[in-house]
Amino acid sequence: MAKKIRVLIAKPGLDGHDRGAKVIARALRDAGMEVIYTGLRQTPRDIVEAAIQEDVDAIGLSCLSGAHMTLFPEVVKLLRQKGADEIVVAGGGIIPEDDIPKLKKAGIKAVFGPGTRLEDVVKFFEHAAGK
Amino acid sequence: MQLVDRLLKGDKRAAAKIISMIEDRDAQAQKIVSLLHHHTGNAHIIGLTGPPGAGKSTLISALVREFRSRGKRVGVIAVDPTSPFTGGALLGDRVRMTDVGVDDGVYIRSMATRGHVGGLALATYDAVKVLEAMGMDKVFVETVGAGQSEVEVANLAHTTVIVEMPGSGDSIQILKAGILEIGDVYTVNKADEGGAESMVTNLKSVLPEDREGWAPPVLTTVASEGKGVPELADRLEEHFSYLKKSGKLGEKERIRSEVELRDALTETMLEKLTTSKGGKKLYEDVLDKVVSRKLDPHTAARRLLSGKTG
Repeated sequence: MAKKIRVLIAKPGLDGHDRGAKVIARALRDAGMEVIYTGLRQTPRDIVEAAIQEDVDAIGLSCLSGAHMTLFPEVVKLLRQKGADEIVVAGGGIIPEDDIPKLKKAGIKAVFGPGTRLEDVVKFFEHAAGK
Repeated sequence: MQLVDRLLKGDKRAAAKIISMIEDRDAQAQKIVSLLHHHTGNAHIIGLTGPPGAGKSTLISALVREFRSRGKRVGVIAVDPTSPFTGGALLGDRVRMTDVGVDDGVYIRSMATRGHVGGLALATYDAVKVLEAMGMDKVFVETVGAGQSEVEVANLAHTTVIVEMPGSGDSIQILKAGILEIGDVYTVNKADEGGAESMVTNLKSVLPEDREGWAPPVLTTVASEGKGVPELADRLEEHFSYLKKSGKLGEKERIRSEVELRDALTETMLEKLTTSKGGKKLYEDVLDKVVSRKLDPHTAARRLLSGKTG
């Protein structure tokens, strides 16, 4: 049996807007992936711990509260601390253009804003899992 | 093997990697599970099943908290369905378990059925062994949202909990054979909603007062508030002691071992038949004959096993 792609979709921070995260989760599911959805108001520690226990290939973070500059890099940092930095991290939400290079520098592999095509997100995660 | 050594010390990352290898049927997986077998047999395996939306995940989360406060290490395997069309799955049981997921003494794993019917995934059996070997005292297995016949969990678990909710069926639904027969402990969850009492009465009316020395209790819980959860945990402990004292534990282990042996036997035979030299071709030839009605499946199977195609 071929290795299944497993992706964790999580919402760090305190905003309650989870529609985007659910649309992404659904698209990845329909692309044949196993999507672990952990829901709203997750701390970076919750997310990293879940990612390790679930042995995911990648994490998709969604944040619309404006706290992405703190929360996204914190996830990458904790993964490194746990020696699990082979897990790829991507982010999405309302993210100002200027922040994107900074997030990438902090180890976020891709940033998806409004208007992103779902196929591009699917392709990114397939690539992240080495397929 | 390094991964196994790490697992036996309780390393969650090792557990996660091994379970993935089992799920993906990695070439190393069988060898690892063989090494683990001798380190299993001490944990209390508790299955939870019931209709979608009855609150199984929330109840497990509350039970994990309760058993942690009693000093137990707890593992959870939560199964959700795989899409028959795309092979994908949305595993959402963790949403209800966030707060317990970061506890050092807890390991939670979501698992997709990957085409297996019966309420569990094929990998669930071996994944339970992984959790036992890493030192968990209690291992919870949550089935997919079950209908009437997802009874497989009763073969795997020592104690099976049926989680119902108010208004999920009248007395006729409850009289039907299947899932409602397999419970060792019953709980009507979401008991703060109307209709819980009549559900309890209906359940009690069909359950035996004594099943070989054990009377399946019917409880009420409000998992989201933790109400009734300590009592439920007490009943689970009581059932486990009953199994040990009555010798039923040995019977249950035998049933489970037999299911595992049969699965392994089927798999090994199939593998032997389809991977040996010329075996694959022989298998396909016989399959063609069954399709074209030249052979019936039973005769075909006997011929494949005897190595003669005739």
